[in-house]
Amino acid sequence: MKYALFLGCTVPVRTMGYELSTRAVMKKLGIELVDLKEFGCCGFPLESIDHDTYLSVATRNLAIAEEHGLPIMTMCSACNGSLLKAHMAMNDEKIKSHINDTLTPLKRHYNGSIEVKHAARVLYENIETIKEMATPLPLKIAAHYGCHYTKPSEIYEGFEDPEVPYSLDDVIRAVGAEPVQYENKKQCCGGAILGIDESVSLEMTREKLQHVKKTGADAMTLVCPFCDIMYDVNQRRIESHFDEKFGIPVLFLPQLVGLALGIPSDELGLRLNRVPVRSLLKTLGD
Amino acid sequence: MEKKEPIDMNDLDPSFKYEIASQPGGEHIMKCVQCATCSSGCPVASISDKFNPRRIIRMAILGLKERVITEDFVWYCAACYTCSERCPQDVRIPDLMSAIRNIATKEGHIHPAYKEQGRLIGEMGRLYEVTDFENQRRKKLGLPQLKEKNDEIDSIYTKTGVKKVIT
Repeated sequence: MKYALFLGCTVPVRTMGYELSTRAVMKKLGIELVDLKEFGCCGFPLESIDHDTYLSVATRNLAIAEEHGLPIMTMCSACNGSLLKAHMAMNDEKIKSHINDTLTPLKRHYNGSIEVKHAARVLYENIETIKEMATPLPLKIAAHYGCHYTKPSEIYEGFEDPEVPYSLDDVIRAVGAEPVQYENKKQCCGGAILGIDESVSLEMTREKLQHVKKTGADAMTLVCPFCDIMYDVNQRRIESHFDEKFGIPVLFLPQLVGLALGIPSDELGLRLNRVPVRSLLKTLGD
Repeated sequence: MEKKEPIDMNDLDPSFKYEIASQPGGEHIMKCVQCATCSSGCPVASISDKFNPRRIIRMAILGLKERVITEDFVWYCAACYTCSERCPQDVRIPDLMSAIRNIATKEGHIHPAYKEQGRLIGEMGRLYEVTDFENQRRKKLGLPQLKEKNDEIDSIYTKTGVKKVIT
């Protein structure tokens, strides 16, 4: 299988460990990733500003993938939702022709043929291979699904259950770890309103860290750079803001899978994680 | 609790709900039955009383346009889609909030955080600047180089007219 890897804005600049581990794990699983330099922003922040501009910016990326005849793999859940929603909107011929008009000066055109998949979904679909290749990890892991990986469910057409999500827990089991359950598991990370009201946003993040802490999990795992910025990058800030200690390591799902597949921690970008993962690696005998 | 004044009927704009309904994402506003399923499961509302989706919809249907588009509460929706999955009337609240934000933007009330994001994306083609520094860092990690600038989004902005509202 071959995908065009859609980097988006945040992953290639702020969460390079996610990119490194995704590339390393996909390679190990025999999935080829192609870089298309013309990809740009997915359009997600623009949906709030002007709907036509959002659709045009998102569809531009779909058109580029179509020129190369490749399905898209995203790492960011917001990118995934944004591109998929635009793809669905193009089912309406009137909207499609209107958006293609906007793209004409760029010499781009979208016919509507591109499949968009989240990297975590691709891992889930390769769960049997992962099981065969994995050295079991003796860890307790709390899955954080976030929002756009499962919702709005209408764009995912039967993949995942937005009320009782399962795919990340299944991948955790596939690598021999134990998925821990916790209160308010589906809660949003709060990242979307960090620029609107920082204290409300950080309080949302803090609540989940408290719930995960109670379970005694060795780490959290997640599949979106925004969520990572809230739980990993901002964890120390939240600790000092609320005078509370968490110290919960946060792994991107491909980092967790990569450890089980025996990929060296350097290739998984683990030293880029903000909350130290040393104790975790010690547990694994690294 | 903040003291409330009676609503003056002269302040209402009865056409506001139709304006919202004609905007992509706002089509389902009139289906709302005020059951509050959205507000009761909202992760933002559970922390802050600044955001209450049911109240925003009620205000919009009532025609309190000025307050809805000038105050910042409509920008508090995290677009997590929890309410959207549960709404018995299929109101699609996060899309509805986007529709209202689009109207607010058109009328000069875009939230400064979104204005800045819109500007950056237009100028660079992405939300974060990519300079030599980022590309050097990526090179050290063995990651491919990124294109520093992308003019195509700016050209889309010109065509859709959004450039005027974010500069």
